[in-house]
Amino acid sequence: MAAGKEIKTQISSIKNTQKITSAMKMVAASKMKKAQDRMLASRPYCEKISNVIGHLAYAHSEFKHPYMNSSEKLQCIGIIIISSDRGLCGGLNTNLFRHILKQVVEHQIKGIKVDICTIGKKATSFFKNSGLNVKSILTDLGDAPRFDDLLGTIKVMLDGFDAGEIQQLSVAYNKFENTMIQAPTIMQLVPMVAGESNNMNHYWDYIYEPNAQEVLSALLVRYIEALVYQGLVENIACEQSSRMVAMKSATDNAGDMVKELELVYNKARQAAITQEISEIVSGAAAV
Amino acid sequence: MSIIHVDVVSATEPLYSGEALCVFAPASAGELGIYPKHTALLSTLKPGEVRVETDKGIESIYVSGGIVEVQPDVVTIFSDTAIRASDLDESKALEAKQRAQEAMENATKSQDISATQAALAESMAQLQMINKIRGKKI
Repeated sequence: MAAGKEIKTQISSIKNTQKITSAMKMVAASKMKKAQDRMLASRPYCEKISNVIGHLAYAHSEFKHPYMNSSEKLQCIGIIIISSDRGLCGGLNTNLFRHILKQVVEHQIKGIKVDICTIGKKATSFFKNSGLNVKSILTDLGDAPRFDDLLGTIKVMLDGFDAGEIQQLSVAYNKFENTMIQAPTIMQLVPMVAGESNNMNHYWDYIYEPNAQEVLSALLVRYIEALVYQGLVENIACEQSSRMVAMKSATDNAGDMVKELELVYNKARQAAITQEISEIVSGAAAV
Repeated sequence: MSIIHVDVVSATEPLYSGEALCVFAPASAGELGIYPKHTALLSTLKPGEVRVETDKGIESIYVSGGIVEVQPDVVTIFSDTAIRASDLDESKALEAKQRAQEAMENATKSQDISATQAALAESMAQLQMINKIRGKKI
């Protein structure tokens, strides 16, 4: 019964792992609910501010902000990469990174340099050795990121844009479609892509207080920050739901393995008994 | 009686949404009273109180600065969640940059580690191959 004992220890160790994965699944499920609420709570701001940007695109302002339309030739682009701090969440981060790398290679073929800024430990460790210029790093944001935490990182990239070091800025994150589907997304922040038209073709403009330049820069910076924040909270919701799914399948797989091993164990036990009986019987017959 | 739709939102949560008779907002150039059919306006806000007058009473919301957009029948107020000061932002930006530089310096070290690991894996594979040829198992 030596093999039997080995199988038994294997079964018990798998059962232990199963307990851990199923606990992680439940933790992720409860965190996912909170993350989704946070995501939904930040959506109105994002939608409203995009509306205003949409209006602005059709207002006939005399002052054109550099974030609104830039016709400079692309030499270097910046990407803000949002990832999770922790692993064990399926292919979430890997899918995003693969998507980004594909884009990066496309740009590099055209001779465009790529500067990046990483949010989250996974992106930081992945892109550290990629040979891309990492301009800023932000990690350990936790499950409920604060808006203030993002400002420094975004400012580094926008300063780069203002100084002419980069001519385009995008943000890459996982878009939350539903619990099962997370779509890796790269969204262009600056220069801005015009929003939908509301049939406001007649000539009009805002009254700006104190002046157009000041209001527009304040608004556009907030718009960019809102989009990055939205990306971040969506990514967290994705992380939790992806982890929940991954841990659920890990728990199921562990259950299957235990079943198979128990079958093997029973077979071995039965074989041992049969062998013992036949030995006894043949022994008795010899006497 | 004409009414105006008011939305007060912050980046982390919506604060108020509803119809109003008029709205008062603390614009940077002085308090702004907005009645329905106001002309389109865009202004920055300083920290203060937003008062929304409805037929049921007055709703008061504190904002720590932000932006107000006025369209003839809609007012949207974007409240800031973060405390803003240019030098504060600057120091945060510096911190973020510093982290990146440190990581880049460390990257060379870890590159050595990964290069060594790759070399190790290669020689392990060679050893395995040799043992296989000799008909032994590792």
